[in-house]
Amino acid sequence: MSGSATLPPDVLAGIKLGFFEECEELLSELEAGLLALKRGETDPEIINKVFRAAHSIKGGGASFGLAPMVDFAHQMESVLAAIRSNQLALDAQLLGLLLRAADVLADHVRAARDEGRVESASAREIEGALIALVAGDCPAGEVSNHEPAEGKPTAAVWSDSETPSPATAQERIWVIRFRPHASLYASANEPLFLLRELQYLGEVRATVDDSELPSIDDLVPEDAYLLWAISLTSTADAQEIRRVFEFVEADCDLEIVTDQEGAATPVADRNHPTAGSAAVSKQPDSPRPSISSSGIAAGRSTPRLSETIRVDVERVDRLINLASELVINHTILAQRLAGIGSAGTSETELPLDELHQLTRELQNGVMAIRAQPLKVVFQRLSRLVREVEAVTGKQVNLVVEGESTEVDRTVIERLIDPMTHMVRNAIDHGIETPEERLASGKTAQGTLRISATHRAGRIIIEITDDGCGINRARVHAAAWSRGLISGDAVLSEHEIDELIFLPGFSTAKAVSELSGRGVGMDVVKSGVQALGGRISVASYPGKGTTFVLSLPLTLAVMEGMLISVCGRSLIVPLSTLLETIHPKLDAIRSLGAHARLLSIRGEHVPLIDLGHALGYLTEPAQVKGVILLVEDDAGRRAALLVDDVLGQQQVVIKSIQANYRMVEGIAAATILGDGRVALILDVNSILLSHGRWSAPVEQRLAAG
Amino acid sequence: MRQASTVSESPRRELLSFRLGVQEFCVDIMAVREIRGWTEATPLPRAPDYIRGMINLRGTVFPVVDMSARFGLPLNDVASRRVIIVVWIGTKLVGLLVDAVCDIIVVTDAELQPTSELAGEAIRTFVSAVLMVENRMLCLIALNHLVPELDEAAA
Amino acid sequence: MTNKKLILTVDDSATIRELLLSELSCLGYRVTQAEDGIDGLEMLSVEQPDLIITDITMPRMDGIRFIQNVRGDERYKATPILVLTTESDPDIKDRAKRAGATGWIVKPFDPQKLAEAIRKVTA
Repeated sequence: MSGSATLPPDVLAGIKLGFFEECEELLSELEAGLLALKRGETDPEIINKVFRAAHSIKGGGASFGLAPMVDFAHQMESVLAAIRSNQLALDAQLLGLLLRAADVLADHVRAARDEGRVESASAREIEGALIALVAGDCPAGEVSNHEPAEGKPTAAVWSDSETPSPATAQERIWVIRFRPHASLYASANEPLFLLRELQYLGEVRATVDDSELPSIDDLVPEDAYLLWAISLTSTADAQEIRRVFEFVEADCDLEIVTDQEGAATPVADRNHPTAGSAAVSKQPDSPRPSISSSGIAAGRSTPRLSETIRVDVERVDRLINLASELVINHTILAQRLAGIGSAGTSETELPLDELHQLTRELQNGVMAIRAQPLKVVFQRLSRLVREVEAVTGKQVNLVVEGESTEVDRTVIERLIDPMTHMVRNAIDHGIETPEERLASGKTAQGTLRISATHRAGRIIIEITDDGCGINRARVHAAAWSRGLISGDAVLSEHEIDELIFLPGFSTAKAVSELSGRGVGMDVVKSGVQALGGRISVASYPGKGTTFVLSLPLTLAVMEGMLISVCGRSLIVPLSTLLETIHPKLDAIRSLGAHARLLSIRGEHVPLIDLGHALGYLTEPAQVKGVILLVEDDAGRRAALLVDDVLGQQQVVIKSIQANYRMVEGIAAATILGDGRVALILDVNSILLSHGRWSAPVEQRLAAG
Repeated sequence: MRQASTVSESPRRELLSFRLGVQEFCVDIMAVREIRGWTEATPLPRAPDYIRGMINLRGTVFPVVDMSARFGLPLNDVASRRVIIVVWIGTKLVGLLVDAVCDIIVVTDAELQPTSELAGEAIRTFVSAVLMVENRMLCLIALNHLVPELDEAAA
Repeated sequence: MTNKKLILTVDDSATIRELLLSELSCLGYRVTQAEDGIDGLEMLSVEQPDLIITDITMPRMDGIRFIQNVRGDERYKATPILVLTTESDPDIKDRAKRAGATGWIVKPFDPQKLAEAIRKVTA
């Protein structure tokens, strides 16, 4: 028998890591179940699922000795068990407690994972409330006999301490009479194994007594006719001996006595004919024709394969990098072939196209591995809403849509902070207190709606509250007092709203506990932009505010138009490009001393000299070259003046922030076919800084 | 390897020394990821003059700092700066454009002298110490202060 | 095929399954796994194990019903079954035994206890 050493520490660590991942899923199921119950769903399986989640967290945690977490999970489990067996009624108040308890349990899990502690008063309070519920409800005798392990050496168990054997124990001779009942065999127990186990305690001499064995004709195979007399020389005590038989205590007659005088009661001579071989006999086998029994699922004989697998994030990222490099390589190949004049021949063009297709498919497939539903973000927000409600005393009904919308993993991680800020702001500043809302004819409970959807190759996330809207007067005044706008600037309502995105802007008079110090929408915006996304706001005084985030679907690949500006190559995202125009001088109008407009089909759009906008030129150039008509996500249009348009290509997006920082006007970088770096234009930023769009332009034209 | 002086008990560091014109500098070798030949960098808009632009190294894009420009040395012909030392600054990779790499030097902390007597407040911010090697003075570069632009600040 | 004995582990917790897999492999057993009772019955029909270790609380089909189904099949009448129990439920052991379980292992289990329980019910 191989010794059971403990598991090597790295194996254990790996399993433990997997355990915490499992806990996240269980916590998520737990919360989802409680929320379903809160919505009034009556499927009895829901409470079972919630119970099992708490039970599994407790069970796994116990294996690793995570006492505080296990204790709390146990309290939750007890309450859930009581609800399941209808000993406790599940009312709104209890549900509220359970939801808060779920949050505390999550804290315990994370504390256990990060080797910290949960020490808040509210956590203790909630635990106390759970204990009280169970204690009050169950009669004393039924109270679970779980002991809080806190402070005691942990119950788990995967350690390398051997249980110390008593140093000086008296060796005694025990006499054991063991008579199995039929039920012992029915549960697939086997006296042989038990007797063998006794040998671990000391020297065993066993004799079987088969005097009650009937003749073959009268023999009932499932019945029990044998009994054993066993002499055991051991330092063990009666309890230890009894433990060997613990599985079968109810299925046998067991008598354990010790012979004080040390002389064994007569043990049958080994040569006794009735002893049989090895002194132990086995129950005769009773083969029966096998019948396929009811209850076993008919059908597939192949094992059901798991529908998901867990993969190390690093492996997926490596795959994604490889796929990206493949895209670059394809571009290089295409260019080189074009360079040696092979382009256009079907010999190379067809396979090249196929390669392009395959590369794309591979990349999409690998990307999909990293895609995660936004659900995990929404769940965090759901908990956040509960917390903010508790602190502010406001009532918020959170409605989420599109939680199954899938988004690249890295996007999800970096979405959590901006969305957390926005949700906090929406409740802190947007939604009014119940009294205020009732006073203005609204329902006491405010509604916060978060939706996510795919649209036109991007992910659109909207956060809408039905609160009081942006206080434009206050925003305008605050921006002016901070020197962010000049005193006589005339701004449209929308432009005032957008002021909140300016750096250093915050109108919170007192820094609320929630919104944090100096954290404003500018941080949210830069966070969103760092993802290659955009954010805009629309607000209606008294009615509410909507934030719209638009994010690229994948962070890695994009269709772009290669252009040259002042001798430098740049990429313009194809999704922003409306058309390419060769400028006619008479379509260019001047506006004031500096600005120029392009007149196109009756419309005027600002003309931006890209070389000037990017700081390559100190003065806007004369109009020559090519004009790109572009439109950003918010629908703003402008005409970009560039030197030349070099062709469309698929580019792999490389971050410049990873090793440098954000650069105004530049979204990211890419690697061209020749290995050089080309910058990818941030059209939105260019338009914001260097253009003025139609409506105000007309106003200014009118004003002269 | 050249010993800068006799071995003492204080902890030893290995430094990579390089040349800009006639002056010598060094960086902690633990920060050095690799040494590459010069590649053309793609300039960034509105970047300080000592940041030549971004280059690509096996799929990673990072900035290149022209060390001569950073030290305010006369910018002679670019062709003379041939070597890029790729270093870690915090979690970011940055390329240092220099004339040539010289040697690996082992020093103890005791041999590093403070820079207070040297010129230029500006230079002192990113030179953390000087040391003498065979009568030549080398400036030890404080990488974490070399490129203030690396600190996250909205453009 | 090897001479190693086969143990079927049935538990909805991936962590417990992994812990059992590691430990049982160290002890020299082959291990197959199932996530719940229904899964477990399917695995049974693939290859007959020498021992079954099952949890009680599982979705779709819990441990008690699983054991009842196993014992209801002639082929598995004599297959030893160990249940994973928690201390806090005193009568689960009785319910398990009544359903036909051979013995039990109390969670959290340590390698010693695991090996001991297995010894008492298998060859």
